[in-house]
Amino acid sequence: MKGTLSLSNGQSFEGSWKGAVKDVQGEIVFFTGMTGYEEVLTDPSYYGQIIVFSYPLMGQYGIQNLHLESSDIQPAGIVVTELYEGTLERGFSLLEFAVMHNVPIMTGVDTRSVIQTIREDGTMQAVMQLEGKPLPAWEPIRTFVVPHVTAKEAVTYGEGSPHIGLIDFGYKKSILQALLDRGCTVTVFPYTVSTSELMSTPLDGLLFSNGPGDPASLMHKIDDYRAWANVYPTLGICLGHQLLAIAFGASTEKLAFGHRGANHPVMNVKTKRVSMSSQNHSYVVKEGSIPSNVDILYTNVNDSSVEGLQHQNLPLLTVQFHPEASPGPAEHHEVFDSFFNLIYQEKKVSQHA
Amino acid sequence: MPKQQEIKKVLVIGSGAIVIGQAAEFDYSGTQACTALREEGIEVILINNNPATIMTDETTADRVYFEPLTVESVKEILEKEKPDGLLATVGGQTGLNLAMALTDQGILDEYGVKLLGTDIHSIKKAEDREAFRSLMKELNEPVPDSEIIYNEKEALAFADTCGYPIIVRPAYTLGGFGGGIALDQETYLTLVKQGLSASPIHQCLVEKSIAGYKEIEYEVMRDAAGTCITICNMENLDPVGVHTGDSIVTAPSQTLHDKEYHMLRTSSIKIIEALGIVGGCNIQFALHPSSGDYFLIEVNPRVSRSSALASKATGYPIARLAAKLAVGYYLHELKNPVTGTTFASFEPALDYVTVKIPRWPFDQFTNANRKLGTQMKATGEVMAIERSIEAAFQKAIRSLDQKIDGLFLPALSHFTTKELEVLVKEPDDRRLFAIFELLKRGISTSTLHDWTKISPYYLSVLSRLVQAQCSYEELAWPEVTKDKLLAAKKLGFTDKQLAGCWNVPVSLIKQQREKWQITPSYRMVDTCAAEFEAKTNYFYSTWSGSSDTRNSNKPKVAVIGSGPIRIGQGIEFDYCCVHSVLALQKMGYEAVLINNNPETVSTDYEVADALYFEPLCAEDIMNVLEFEGITAVIVQFGGQTSINVAKELEDAGYNLLGSTSDILDEMEDRDRFYTFLKNAGLPVIPGFTANQPAEVWQAADDLNYPILLRPSYVIGGSGMIKLNSDEELEAYLASAQIEYPVLVDKFIQGKETEVDVLSDGKTAWVTAVYEHIEGTGVHSGDSIAITPPLSLSASMLDQVCDTAVHIAKKLDFKGLFNIQFVCQDSGLYVIEINPRASRTVPISSKSTNVPLVQHATSIMLGKKLNELGISQIFNGQRGFTVKAPVFSHIKLPGLSPELTPVMTSTGEVMASDRDPEIAMKKALSGASQQLADLWSGGSIYITDQQETGLIKSWQEKGFLVYTPETADFSEWMDRDDKKAVISLEADPDKVRTAAIHRLHVWTRKETAEAFFNTLPKKGVFV
Repeated sequence: MKGTLSLSNGQSFEGSWKGAVKDVQGEIVFFTGMTGYEEVLTDPSYYGQIIVFSYPLMGQYGIQNLHLESSDIQPAGIVVTELYEGTLERGFSLLEFAVMHNVPIMTGVDTRSVIQTIREDGTMQAVMQLEGKPLPAWEPIRTFVVPHVTAKEAVTYGEGSPHIGLIDFGYKKSILQALLDRGCTVTVFPYTVSTSELMSTPLDGLLFSNGPGDPASLMHKIDDYRAWANVYPTLGICLGHQLLAIAFGASTEKLAFGHRGANHPVMNVKTKRVSMSSQNHSYVVKEGSIPSNVDILYTNVNDSSVEGLQHQNLPLLTVQFHPEASPGPAEHHEVFDSFFNLIYQEKKVSQHA
Repeated sequence: MPKQQEIKKVLVIGSGAIVIGQAAEFDYSGTQACTALREEGIEVILINNNPATIMTDETTADRVYFEPLTVESVKEILEKEKPDGLLATVGGQTGLNLAMALTDQGILDEYGVKLLGTDIHSIKKAEDREAFRSLMKELNEPVPDSEIIYNEKEALAFADTCGYPIIVRPAYTLGGFGGGIALDQETYLTLVKQGLSASPIHQCLVEKSIAGYKEIEYEVMRDAAGTCITICNMENLDPVGVHTGDSIVTAPSQTLHDKEYHMLRTSSIKIIEALGIVGGCNIQFALHPSSGDYFLIEVNPRVSRSSALASKATGYPIARLAAKLAVGYYLHELKNPVTGTTFASFEPALDYVTVKIPRWPFDQFTNANRKLGTQMKATGEVMAIERSIEAAFQKAIRSLDQKIDGLFLPALSHFTTKELEVLVKEPDDRRLFAIFELLKRGISTSTLHDWTKISPYYLSVLSRLVQAQCSYEELAWPEVTKDKLLAAKKLGFTDKQLAGCWNVPVSLIKQQREKWQITPSYRMVDTCAAEFEAKTNYFYSTWSGSSDTRNSNKPKVAVIGSGPIRIGQGIEFDYCCVHSVLALQKMGYEAVLINNNPETVSTDYEVADALYFEPLCAEDIMNVLEFEGITAVIVQFGGQTSINVAKELEDAGYNLLGSTSDILDEMEDRDRFYTFLKNAGLPVIPGFTANQPAEVWQAADDLNYPILLRPSYVIGGSGMIKLNSDEELEAYLASAQIEYPVLVDKFIQGKETEVDVLSDGKTAWVTAVYEHIEGTGVHSGDSIAITPPLSLSASMLDQVCDTAVHIAKKLDFKGLFNIQFVCQDSGLYVIEINPRASRTVPISSKSTNVPLVQHATSIMLGKKLNELGISQIFNGQRGFTVKAPVFSHIKLPGLSPELTPVMTSTGEVMASDRDPEIAMKKALSGASQQLADLWSGGSIYITDQQETGLIKSWQEKGFLVYTPETADFSEWMDRDDKKAVISLEADPDKVRTAAIHRLHVWTRKETAEAFFNTLPKKGVFV
């Protein structure tokens, strides 16, 4: 079967069709990491998007864990140059995985040209269809998608200390795992949780998770989030970082084509040390909008965009990149350590109070 | 941090002559480092005695010392130049060892010279296995069970505790020389003995073998602020057990999932951090195929062959940036030169795959031991870039420039399946082709996996190619559809391969392709998978998608490169190609370079206006020429590789600059060549062309012995042999695989000379005349040579020059060519004319101080010789220059060190001085860095006790001389003072044994004499 990938700027690309036989429409984005397709595909931040992999060979290693970052394939469609379907050392093939989750894959696509188009015209809506079908009506890029990926109800994991509340905008399991590995109890709350329900749980800190869409779509919850962050030591990751920035007075904007990959250099402004980070975001916090009581902690070396913030008076730390890695470089676990230091300092203070 | 202001003058150490394990990659890294330092306004002083390098050009460094790479020479240079800093991490193991010696002897302190980049303690921690192991223990990084041993007893004690197989790794040797894997005690003890003698500190590491694990490498960089980045990782197709230099390698890794990739990356960063490296570093791991367990194999605290490969595979110039870090910069302060907008502190993202295949010398040395193990044997390598891994494999195979028929090595078709099984289980250089052959015979990938432990992924890729080829063979030409042809091209099949499958002429496939608009597209290597706009002109072909554009508005000329480094076609041709590019640019042309060797300067994307990383077959070249719209091509500088495609390019309508392919053929075809000489009024060596054995006998009868047999169109005298009698001829005809026609010449005894001639077709300049120290019968690449000649009479010299000019005038040829002569008292014979740049061109350029290749290029483009402003005398040389060959016999056990018409040296050194004796001494000692130190005296062994004159003279020099009469050879080999073996009859066992134990071996009186004359008078040995 042949398929067509049509972009809302009028360009289209041909390819072979594999996996689920259904048309999909979504915002088209690209990922530049050379490994990590199982992590990317299960990352809820990609919910509903069409993902293009820049590395041309996909599927050479088997999927080890079918529920790596979440229990579903999150993107609506997958676009690759070549899909390997031969013998594997172990695990499921990428195609089997896509079929299990009813997701279509287009192969044989000139992905480099697709990416060059996105680089020039920005991310946009795209449609994957079987060859010869008329184009459907263009839907706007979806910005309010968190409700599709957030937890239905509060769930608690682990039984150690401290106790962290994970506000779920579509969290990656490796964030939960990073907390559990440090011996925490973690309660995952839907992003809509009420202040009273949250406060009735004996929490030592909050983590605002990653998630898909535009942070501005969650303005109706911002007052709650600001109130919570005034009470608990708080860490924000990705969308969580953007929401907390907005809560304290900053604003966000959309990048032309976002940062999605495993090689984004960020600099710790205090130590001047540069390290590689895993990233997946379209929106950034506007540098000029940051209030004076919040410091920039990390910046992106390539485009100088804001990569992390620290509040001067509150135990509040946020990062745009993914310290939990998965996929990508695992060299920012210090972010979790800093978060725990904030919690322990707070505990000391409250014990002495 | 900005650059350290106090560093104003830096001494850079080069790696010296090309040997196996330390080759052209250090010209690339050295050139990059020198350029990077000079950009910073730093004065660069260079020590390197390898003439065939770009780094030793006056344009690369401010001053170049062609001196032996010894502590003494460096000390002299420090004394004279008083540099502020020393950069030793771009000169391979040679550079590091020198830096360690200079530090240990307090010389750097004495002269107040700062060692730039990684400090000496870090280097030692990485280099000394004991220190390294204890550091790894501290870091909790797993290393295989192992023990440092200094004798056989300790070795056996280790074997008792851990069992076999065991790997033996001698300390401080290049390319793992002297080591190997032992499956039993007998091999183990042999290896231990050999390893202890190979190690300069008589130390070996014996290690529990983890053969069968995946071998993965990381190229890591670190700046002084502690920022660490991994430029790329690489996965060896061959599991642990085969030296990485002898392994087929893909970049990036293919079969590692993200957790494994980053587990090893994290570990790499932890290690480079703990070592405190500033610059580049290579780390090798063994990864269990399923459990995720890993072991650290090795850390190289310097740029290496792998870092050159990683630079070419990613576009990230590691050595160049390592030099910047060495003078104080931080990574985030440096721009990524590829994009020009992003910074050096990032990790390249590839949107293609690269495949590297080593190039071994065993097509020439069929009698050497070709088994692969922990000791590297490849002389060079090729790399291919594609978006399809199958096509990348096919491109890499084509780039090897060997007699391979598509996927298949014709010789293996005669092997039984059982023999092939043995070949893949105990690999030699033919393993890849044995796998193809077995797949063709229906052996499954799972069986092959059991036999080889190669990942099922790679075997599936290879199997897909074989299946495709078999399916094409089932197809008749009329059944070939557009989709089928396109699919075949996407898998990397050439028109020629497909023409073979479908039994049609190649031209028909090409026609049909054009009709169906199936042409390759060209993509840019941009380090960032198209995420950012990039500015490089570094391209590769692929058969799907559209092309990246390249702006160009000048007239263009293509320069065809020389492919992988092999014996007989080395780095000198890369040097020539780079100079040709420079000349084109100076004349206002755009130079487009096509080559596939990842080690060299020519494939640095900053050299040419556009670099196409492609195989050097006519089809691949013509695709580039069509894409670029180029009609003028230079084939004179890529050695035999580019000459071999001349006719096809010309037939397709391209303009070969400088000469026609007919002239090239006239010089190569013996009958036509003889006719040319006769017409030019020159004497001809009596000889015949024989098409079958009977004609060889006939020729031998007519000519009388000794005779010289050789095929046409060869590199490095491959297949050439001197035969002295009917018996030798009979034995040779019975034993060797001879490809007819062969040329049978009378062997002329005499003195050999050679000249490089620069000609515009009407006027010619004899640039340099070389006198070979050894007489005829020794390949010119293996002989010691001196220019200007020392013992040639003035009239003979005149005759050589006059003949050369006479030939140039008779030849419709523009550019550089080389003539080899035999001088006899009775007269002068022309042995051969090479209508292309020769091995000696870099030396001729450097000794005359005239950029010959650049002049040749401008002549090809229409300039006249007399417009170039060079004086018309042959010896504008200020002094004498000696070239001495360097051999890699220690890496090629089984190969005889006897000097014959077949070239065996891998590299050369050069030395100049007003006093020819000093030049000779410097050249010969410089060429002997890897060998026993002759100049400190000792004992020698002469295999023929009749050589009384020789014996006496060496004794008079103060040497102890042994002969079979006075000592058994094996007893002598146990002596610590052994230095050299003289065996004029080339006793096969003795010369081979001596050669792999790093002794001097002389099989010609002239060679022994040349060394003898450089020795001090009796009693002044130090």
